[in-house]
Amino acid sequence: MAYTPQLRELMKKVEETRPSRVGNPFPRMTPEERQEVLKKFHPDYNEEGFREIRVGVDKGKRMPTEMADVIEAYSRLKGVALDLNTFDYDVDVLIIGGGGAGASAALEAQAAGAEVLLVTKLRFGDANTMMAQGGIQAADKPNDSPGIHYLDVVGGGRFENIPELARALVMDAPLVIAWLEKLGTMFDKKEDGTMITIHGGGTSRKRMHAARDYTGAEIMRTLRDEAYNRGIKVIEFCPAVELLLDKQGRAAGAVLYNLETEQYYIARAKTVIIATGGSGRLHYRGFPTSNHYGATADGLVMGYRAGAKTIYADSIQYHPTGGAYPPQLLGLLVTEKTRGLGATPLNVKGEQFVYHLETRDVESSAIIRECKERKLGVPLPTGIDAVWLDSPLIEQIHGEGTIERQLPAMLRQFARFGVDIRKEPMLIYPTLHYQNGGLLINENGQSTIENLYVAGETAGGIHGTNRLMGNSLLDILVFGRRAGRHAAAKSKEMAAPEGLNLDHLEQYHRELDQAGIGAERVSPMLLPRYTHR
Amino acid sequence: MRDGIGTVDIYVMGKQYRVPETLTILEAMEYAGYQMKRGCGCRAGFCGACATVYRIAGDFELKVGLACQTKVEQGMYLAQIPFFPGRKAIFNLEEIKPSVADFAQLYPEVFRCLGCSSCTKVCPQDIDVMQYIAYIQRGDFAKAADLSFDCLMCGLCVSRCPAHIVHYNAALTSRRLYSRYLAKPDAFLAERVREIENGAFDAELQELMESSRERLQELYNSREIE
Ligand SMILES: Cc1cc2nc3c(=O)[nH]c(=O)nc-3n(C[C@H](O)[C@H](O)[C@H](O)COP(=O)(O)OP(=O)(O)OC[C@H]3O[C@@H](n4cnc5c(N)ncnc54)[C@H](O)[C@@H]3O)c2cc1C
Ligand code: FES
Repeated sequence: MAYTPQLRELMKKVEETRPSRVGNPFPRMTPEERQEVLKKFHPDYNEEGFREIRVGVDKGKRMPTEMADVIEAYSRLKGVALDLNTFDYDVDVLIIGGGGAGASAALEAQAAGAEVLLVTKLRFGDANTMMAQGGIQAADKPNDSPGIHYLDVVGGGRFENIPELARALVMDAPLVIAWLEKLGTMFDKKEDGTMITIHGGGTSRKRMHAARDYTGAEIMRTLRDEAYNRGIKVIEFCPAVELLLDKQGRAAGAVLYNLETEQYYIARAKTVIIATGGSGRLHYRGFPTSNHYGATADGLVMGYRAGAKTIYADSIQYHPTGGAYPPQLLGLLVTEKTRGLGATPLNVKGEQFVYHLETRDVESSAIIRECKERKLGVPLPTGIDAVWLDSPLIEQIHGEGTIERQLPAMLRQFARFGVDIRKEPMLIYPTLHYQNGGLLINENGQSTIENLYVAGETAGGIHGTNRLMGNSLLDILVFGRRAGRHAAAKSKEMAAPEGLNLDHLEQYHRELDQAGIGAERVSPMLLPRYTHR
Repeated sequence: MRDGIGTVDIYVMGKQYRVPETLTILEAMEYAGYQMKRGCGCRAGFCGACATVYRIAGDFELKVGLACQTKVEQGMYLAQIPFFPGRKAIFNLEEIKPSVADFAQLYPEVFRCLGCSSCTKVCPQDIDVMQYIAYIQRGDFAKAADLSFDCLMCGLCVSRCPAHIVHYNAALTSRRLYSRYLAKPDAFLAERVREIENGAFDAELQELMESSRERLQELYNSREIE
C-alpha cells in the first residue's frame, strides 16, 4: 500500500483502458517524428547543460557542465611529495577498475602470460556491471547475423559509431557468449540448451540473452570467481588517482590511494588498462541516476589529464524507465526487459503515447514531452511528474507467473517498498543511465596514448551517440578481452618503463591556472558526497 | 526537508540521529553525515555490499537487512557489517565434475550443516538457503542452482552459521557446475562461432563498414523486424 489514495484513484484509469489496449499495438514513430522529439526534448540537445572545455587535448569541445567541472580541476596529488621510482607494485599489466571490463581484461591478460594487478575503488564487483538486469546481445540465432546486428548498432547510434569498433562488437558477440557459457554462466535456456532470447529497444531480431533479471550480476560473479580461481591479484578500496608516464610519455603505471589508510602507493606497469566505468554519480542536469556509487568518471579524468583524446563525451544516455515512486526507488532502474515483455508507458489518462520499444533516447524524450509539454504526467506527492508503466499487462499477455519468473529482481524491489507490480502499474521517469562516449579507442582497446588502454563504459566510439540495451554488457567483455590480450602481448615486447613521472600534471595545472580556474576544484572525485550537513 | 514528511530517531552504532522517515538506512546514514566507503556499492539491492543488523528499541528480535533496501524506523539501533571473512575454494572448472564427491573436496563443511535454518531466516533475498544446501548435499545441482540464483553474496548467512559454511560461495560453485555440465550447450551458438571463425561474415561486414551514411540509413529504415 505504498500508493496514496490520490494515486490509487488515478490508477483506475489505467485499469479501465487496459482491455482496449491489449492486442492493439501503438504505432512506431517515423524517422522524422523521432528527430523532432529528440531535438526538442532530449537533454543532450539542450545547450544549457553544456560548456566548452578550456584545457587539455580536446580544448574547445563540448562537455556536460558537471563533467567539465571534474575535467577542469586540479589533481589530488598537487603538492603531495611522492617517490615515483620506488615501486610498491611492479607488474606487466595494471588494470584499473573491477567491473566487467576490468575482470575480463584481467582474465585474458593473465591467460596470455602477463603478470596482472587489478585495483578497484570499492569491492571487486561493486560496479555498474553488477546492476545490469536486462541482458546482453549477440547474433547467434539462425535468422540473425552479425550484419543485422551491425545495422541495429549503427542505426541506434545515429550512424555516428566508429565502424571498426561496431564491427568488433558484433563479430565478437557470439564468441563472448560462448566464453561465458563455458565459464559456467547461468543463462536462461530451453531444455535443449538453446538460449532464450527476446527483443530490446531498437533490436530487429530477438537477440537479448539474459540470466533472469540479474544478467550483469550473474556475469560479474562468474568472472570474479574465475579471477580468484586463477590467482589474479586484486586490491580493493584502492582507487587509482593519477596515471604515471615514462620518459617517452607513455603510460607506465598509476598512483594508487588506499581509501582506508589514506596512503599512496606507486604501481609500475608496462601497460595500463583503464576500466573505471561511467559517470552517473555526477548527476548531469540534476537527474537521479541508476548507476552504482563509484560511477564518478575517474578514468575519464585521469586519462584526459595524461593526454588521451575523448569522443562523444557530450552524449549521455537517459534511461526511459527510472523509478519515480515510492521515493526510495527514485532513479533506480526499471529494466528494459519490463517493456521487452510488453509493459507500456501511459499518461495520467491511462493512454499510451509512445510505442514501448523505441530506442532509449526517443522513448525518454517522449516521456519528458508527455510531462513537460503536454502536461499529461501523473502528479506525485513528492512534487514531480511521472508516467505509468503498465506492468500488469505483462501477465495478461504472457500469463500469470511471468513476472515472478522473468522479473524477480523488479518484483522484489518494488515489493520491499509496498508495490506489487503484478497488480499495480509502476511509476517511472527517465533516469541518468549511461555515458555513450568516453576516451577514444581503436579495436584493440588502445587509447591515443601509447601503452594506455581503455575498456568498458569509460571508452567511446563503439555506440555512436546512443547505445542500445544489451550492447554495453557486450562491449565491456568484447573490448575488455581485446584490451587484455593486446596489453599483455605488448608488455612482453618491452622492457620495464623508466623515468616514471607526473610531469603531465604540471603542464595541466599551468593550463588551468591560465584559464583562471580556481585551485579549490580537485578530481577525480572518487566518492560522491551525499551528506546533509 | 519537504513539508509533511515526518522524522524518526535512529541510532548508528549507538549514536542518535534524527532523520526523515522516507529514507533508506543508507540514505539516513549519509543524511546523518557519513560519507560511505565500505558498506555501499550499487545502492539498488544488487551487490550485497550493505548488509546491516539492527534492533528496534523495545523489541527482542535481532533483524537484518540491506541498508539500501530497507526504510528507517523509529528507534532503530543499527550497525553495518562492512566485511565478513568467507572462504572460497579454488578450483579449475574444467577439472571437476558435478558430483557430491568433487563438491565435498571443495566445501566439506557443507555436509556438516546442523539444520538450524539460521541462514534461511537471515537472508534478505528470502532465499531458502538451508534448502539449497540440502540440494547440494544430495548432489542435485540443478535445484541448488535454481534456488540460489537470486543470491547477492551479502554474507549475512555466513555470519550466522554455526557450521562455518560459506553458503554463497558453495551456491556459486553449484551454479557454475550446473551451467557448465548439466545445462546443454547452445547448438546454434556453437555453429555461429564456427561460422565467424571461418570468416563467413567478413565480406558482408567489410561492405557495411564502407557504406555511406545514406546507404546505412536506407538499410536501417527498411530492415525487417522480427
Ligand atoms: C542499473 C543498470 C542496468 C544496466 N542494464 C544493462 C543491461 O541490461 N544490458 C547492458 O548491456 N548494459 C546494461 N547496463 C550498462 C552496463 O551494465 C554498464 O555500462 C557496464 O556494466 C559497465 O561496465 P564497466 O566494467 O565499464 O564499468 P563498471 O562495471 O561500472 O566497473 C567499473 C569499476 O571501476 C571502479 N572504479 C571507478 N573509479 C575507479 C578508480 N579511480 N580506481 C579504481 N577503480 C575505479 C568502480 O568502482 C567499478 O568497480 C546497465 C547499467 C546500470 C547502471
Ligand atoms: S548497496 Fe548494493 S545491495 Fe545495497
